[in-house]
Amino acid sequence: MSALLSKGSRVRVRDDWPETRGPCHIRTPHYLRGAEGVVEKHLGAFPNPEDLAFARPAAVLNLYHVRFTASAIWPDAKGDALVVELYETWLEAA
Amino acid sequence: MSAHPPVPDPAALPETRPRDLPETRPRAMHDMGGVSKFMCDAVDVEPHALDAFDREVDAIRGLLGAKKVMGVDELRRGIEAIPEADYLRLTYYQRWIRSITENMLAKGVFTEAELRAALEDTK
Repeated sequence: MSALLSKGSRVRVRDDWPETRGPCHIRTPHYLRGAEGVVEKHLGAFPNPEDLAFARPAAVLNLYHVRFTASAIWPDAKGDALVVELYETWLEAA
Repeated sequence: MSAHPPVPDPAALPETRPRDLPETRPRAMHDMGGVSKFMCDAVDVEPHALDAFDREVDAIRGLLGAKKVMGVDELRRGIEAIPEADYLRLTYYQRWIRSITENMLAKGVFTEAELRAALEDTK
């Protein structure tokens, strides 16, 4: 596991598309890839479902609630926010 | 059962799409969140009655998990691997049994011949 991200940290979801590289199980929604958000809460640490899905040994990863402004995802959205559970391996400093 | 909320007129909806257009990105078929073409259908939030088949599939999944034969993430991966035409045609628990079956065959818990023989016995 990496060092804990603190509440309020600005992060970017990795713009990665494992779907193009073969069978996978990805819990990061496609519409968030490359989007910037703010860490809201550390939810705990859990075995990586991307490995569990193939019965492989799974590293334990930190899971976060990350908040996105809706207009960062849908340009004409107004006011709303979106909070999504994301694993640390999908987050990079923004 | 109350009626579903009224379906908005698609023509009255704003053009609202993720900034990364799904049309240009390899969105997996099940990864439907935020896709504008699904925005015009009201979400069905009514409880659905379970039938005997549904309960049996759920019980099988529970046993496979408890005996550590197959985890829920493997179930999900198998569901996501169902070809789109089948995925959209199958019911919720039919998708489950399809994934469970593929997982059991892949793990060698039973063979395709054994599966066919067992299905013959149920006729």
